[in-house]
Amino acid sequence: MNILAIDTSNETMGIAIYQDNKITAEYISNNKNKHSIRLMPAIVQLMRDVDLTPKELTKIVVAKGPGSYTGVRIGLSTAKTMAWTLNIPVVGISSLETLALQARELGYAICPFFDARRGLVYTGLFQRAEDGLLTTVEEKNVLFEDWLEQLKDVNHKVVFLSPDIDQYRDLIIEILGDNAIIPEEIYHTARPSLLAVYGRYKEADNIHNLTPNYLRLVEAEAKWLEAQRTAKVENE
Amino acid sequence: MDNKKHQYILAIETSCDETAVAIIKDGKEIVANVVASQIESHKRFGGVVPEIASRHHVEEITFVLEEALKQAEMTVEEMDAITVTEGPGLVGALLIGVNAAKALAFAHDKPLIGVHHIAGHIYANRLVKEFSFPLLALVVSGGHTELILMREHGKFEVIGETRDDAAGEAYDKVARTLGLSYPGGPQIDKLAAQGNETIDLPRAWLEEGSYDFSFSGLKSAVINTIHNATQRGEELKKEDLAASFQASVVEVLTEKTYQAAKEFDVKQVIVAGGVAANKGLREKLQEKFMSESIDLAIPPLSLCTDNAAMIGAAGSIAYDQGHRAGWDLNANPGLDLERYGERDKN
Ligand SMILES: [Zn+2]
Repeated sequence: MNILAIDTSNETMGIAIYQDNKITAEYISNNKNKHSIRLMPAIVQLMRDVDLTPKELTKIVVAKGPGSYTGVRIGLSTAKTMAWTLNIPVVGISSLETLALQARELGYAICPFFDARRGLVYTGLFQRAEDGLLTTVEEKNVLFEDWLEQLKDVNHKVVFLSPDIDQYRDLIIEILGDNAIIPEEIYHTARPSLLAVYGRYKEADNIHNLTPNYLRLVEAEAKWLEAQRTAKVENE
Repeated sequence: MDNKKHQYILAIETSCDETAVAIIKDGKEIVANVVASQIESHKRFGGVVPEIASRHHVEEITFVLEEALKQAEMTVEEMDAITVTEGPGLVGALLIGVNAAKALAFAHDKPLIGVHHIAGHIYANRLVKEFSFPLLALVVSGGHTELILMREHGKFEVIGETRDDAAGEAYDKVARTLGLSYPGGPQIDKLAAQGNETIDLPRAWLEEGSYDFSFSGLKSAVINTIHNATQRGEELKKEDLAASFQASVVEVLTEKTYQAAKEFDVKQVIVAGGVAANKGLREKLQEKFMSESIDLAIPPLSLCTDNAAMIGAAGSIAYDQGHRAGWDLNANPGLDLERYGERDKN
């Protein structure tokens, strides 16, 4: 078993290789620039380090967003094309779920999030299931303040994970108080090694149909749909 | 018996709103050519929305690759190189092709080659007819209006270019003003054929001896003409306006191409790019060059619009000339054609 995991969906660019129950190589950089230039050289280097050729790969796992639209697509076009041409399975895992894996052992509900500007975040709620996998309760693009109010009403402890945690720390504590658990710095960026290990147990996607998890329509499309809806209402 | 090993190039093009993959044999023969057009999706917005184009590319890329290989009855293993449009174009769109190409090249240990989109448009002609140097290429599309001189394979001298709008851009804007749906170019061409050149519109010749173009003045003149007519309560015949607009564009393009062909004493004139599909332009150029010893080459319509066969044709020459890209190949939305021709071999 030789699994390659790729995450270029957010600021972190991560690559990992998992061979026979062991992570044999991992690369992480937290510099959002130029994922497109750096991804393939890093994959080539890592594969060389563990003396692995592309044809020996047995599965590819990729973080499919949400995050930077362009970043998500860099990872996906690389992962899909490689899996397709090598004729091996590919698994796309939500970038929120990937981040949530960091707190999988804590036993609380997990709320990973990425800043989506103007008070909005890509976020979700995850729960550990019996088999150790995470269950997605919800994923959405929402005003963070509204989302925090919803979490407050549930009245459970929630672990917050985000590369943008500092920007929202005060708001989280203000609304959730003692129910908010915010781990130390290191846990707020996704680990490609966890993505690789976790991807092992996930069912493969149909390669052609694997698409990014944007959680948001393109503005032009949203406006167009709204106009269609309005026109329909006026016709009725 | 033919003992020479043939060269096979797999090419990917995703610079705008077409996801395309082709396989080219020996630089001149199309083995497979698949184009997934997104035009229907962008129509509702009246133009290409870059983010939507990128979204379609990532959805389509493996489908189109599979279809091309199926058509060719070949495998990636049998290719000599993987070539891809690295620019110019929409950065998000280009990135899908570039990353897919890197994945293919790495997976099969094949050379990776970046190709300039405009070099591709010119080389589309080599799929029809061999080049005769020196040659002059008139490249006209939604994003480009350029006169390019080539004295040898892979080298490009830009002797004229647009100072404002590209010809195709002017077509689209005028079409929008006339209330025609996107893409407007072919519709103006059709209307023009039914109308007469009754409205006097300007021709931007620029300074004496310049091979540059300018279409923004013409575009404004068309808009003013419509505006003035509306104010006077007059009804302009759309067909005549289209015919007059097209006559102005076509005359400037044809005349400048002719002058440059004479000055540089070229053997061949190549017309390339989406606007090369324009009937009015094709006719006028044929008329102008009919009595000349210069060979006029215009590719069939299917090779004028964006496709990957042209990228494979240009990529084949780049392969022969020893150009190879590294794993750090990036999308380059502003890639310069002359500099692309002079890039270092590695
Ligand atoms: Zn083009």
